[in-house]
Amino acid sequence: MPKKSYRQAINEAIRQEMARDERVIIMGEDISGGMGAPGEQDAWGGPMGVTKGIMPDFSRDRVLDTPITESAFIGCAAGAAATGLRPVAELMFVDFMGVCFDQIFNQAAKFKYMFGGKAVTPLTIRTMYGAGFRAASQHSQCLYPLFTHIPGLKVALPSNPYEAKGLLTQAIRDDDPVIVFEHKAMYDDEGEVPDEAYTIPFGEANVTREGDDVTIVAFGRMVNFANEAADNLEKAGISCTVVDPRTTSPLDRDTILETTEETGRLVVVDEAHPRCNMASDIVGLVSQEMFGALKAAPQMVTAPHCPVPFSPALEDIYVPGVARIEAAVRQAMGKGH
Amino acid sequence: MTAPPNAAAPGSNTDLVELYRGMRRVRTFEERVGELFVRGQSAGSMLHLSIGEESAAVGFVSLMRDGDTFTTHHRGHGIFLARGADPKRMMAEIGGKEAGYCRGKGGSMHIADMGLGHLGANAIVGGGIPAVVGAGLASRHDGRGAISVAFFGDGAMQQGILYESMNMAALWDLPVIFVCINNQYGMGTRIEQATRGRALHERALAFGLNAETVDGLDVRDVREAASRLIDAARDGRPGFLAIECYRFFGHARMDKSPYRSEQDEQEGRARDPVLFARQALLDSGQADEATLDAMDAGIAAEMDATIDFAAAAAEPPLGTMFRDVYAPGEPEPEAVATRIDRILARG
Repeated sequence: MPKKSYRQAINEAIRQEMARDERVIIMGEDISGGMGAPGEQDAWGGPMGVTKGIMPDFSRDRVLDTPITESAFIGCAAGAAATGLRPVAELMFVDFMGVCFDQIFNQAAKFKYMFGGKAVTPLTIRTMYGAGFRAASQHSQCLYPLFTHIPGLKVALPSNPYEAKGLLTQAIRDDDPVIVFEHKAMYDDEGEVPDEAYTIPFGEANVTREGDDVTIVAFGRMVNFANEAADNLEKAGISCTVVDPRTTSPLDRDTILETTEETGRLVVVDEAHPRCNMASDIVGLVSQEMFGALKAAPQMVTAPHCPVPFSPALEDIYVPGVARIEAAVRQAMGKGH
Repeated sequence: MTAPPNAAAPGSNTDLVELYRGMRRVRTFEERVGELFVRGQSAGSMLHLSIGEESAAVGFVSLMRDGDTFTTHHRGHGIFLARGADPKRMMAEIGGKEAGYCRGKGGSMHIADMGLGHLGANAIVGGGIPAVVGAGLASRHDGRGAISVAFFGDGAMQQGILYESMNMAALWDLPVIFVCINNQYGMGTRIEQATRGRALHERALAFGLNAETVDGLDVRDVREAASRLIDAARDGRPGFLAIECYRFFGHARMDKSPYRSEQDEQEGRARDPVLFARQALLDSGQADEATLDAMDAGIAAEMDATIDFAAAAAEPPLGTMFRDVYAPGEPEPEAVATRIDRILARG
């Protein structure tokens, strides 16, 4: 199977869906770049070059560079979705959702419900998240728990290139508003990605490791850290199951509960702040549904409850890493580990 | 039910009768809604009447066509009724009933109907504005020739989203019109206390839109201004229209407007677009008192029937609470019945 980067996988998903359905359009800030300027017309392809090359292969009518006007273009994309198009809007950094939150959680998310089921809003929003990029507090947050909280939105967190193409393709074909969270530190990660289009269904977790002792549930980039930790622990005689839920909304509760019941121990790894994040949500779920099956207190590995610091020295300890996951697993295993 | 007066040419006297009929229907509907609320028979805690603003709704909407789309603010009953809504289903929605336009899940502030081009009433000031930019984009993409119109109040003139949306509509030459129904009050604050910039349409000119301000007293003037802007918008030149009127009653139904004087209310209500049209019909001899009285009585009976309809309509089945959060075909994480049982068990 061909190897592609996370960036290429996303680009390929968008191209294939644009070719498949002429109602698919993409829009965002410098998503092509250079429109109207005297130089190169596809100069940026998005700030990370993810959409580069799409405009020349399609058209300006379907690849829309917007002004820096998040509320208007996200609201515009929602309105276009409600009237027949399938827009894929790139909202550069998830941190910028703050300036257009109303259009996402009061508008796009609620059209269907408020209007008695009549509205269909096939809107995809792609956005970058995550720390480790030396980009400080306003360009490094996770924020997917905020959107997971809102009924009517779906939230996907692809953890590698294969997942990125399949989940984004599903998002574009989906009839609900979906926010796809792309970790900015993963665009150059490579992995096997089929050439043909494929979808990964939402709400179906991927079990990347199977073990007997501890279940690790991890999200997005953290899945890779969890896999690495599991491999290291295997050598030390601790066998872990690793669950990548793929989407936080809908959430595959069954796989989380079943795998945790098998091991009796749970560690949740979440790059978001600890209050009201996915880790606390899943620990709450497991505690309520199968308290009796637990052999040890569930562990949460998260970022701290502070903004993302700029200094590399501080940011490096801010992001949950492999060593912290291993420590949490050992804690769950108890004395002697 | 009377069809919306779509056919007549703007400014012609022959259609003033129909414009009057449309405005009287809006007024009477709103009066019935208000009476229900006062009697405690309305389901909602929030009710925003458009009495005094009938010319804005009827004058503009009378020139919209099938396929055109629009969004409204929270004071949007009149606009939707003028566009052809069934007042019975509107009243049922306001009463939270299954037979309502949104199956009782939207209420007064979120009435919508995609079939009639209504993309949604909005309870966030300015929140419904950018959707029409998207609808304009979709219209152009499909070559439909349809326009999309955002209706909002003067309160939204101080919301940044309006300016972002006007900028994009102008930048992309979209078939979109922004209509500000300036009733002089944002909740309890008069517009002079909300902005120093009183020539509202000049803000739109700054973004490159066609823009006008029109006095809403004479519905024919509103219709003429709308005609100019709509023709241009269908050619990809977006527009803005400010319609000057007066909010006859409080912000919401229980607001007795203690912040304004009797004189202010008397002067404002003296500029009544419904009575003005009626007088114009009498003065021009197009209709006599008896004809108009009969028309009014027929409308009163039509609107009385909406109350009976809504009162008799069924409550939404409890299971509909979980329906339409997502598109059809979504796996239910838990059976609906189980969830209802749990909720009821918790009291």
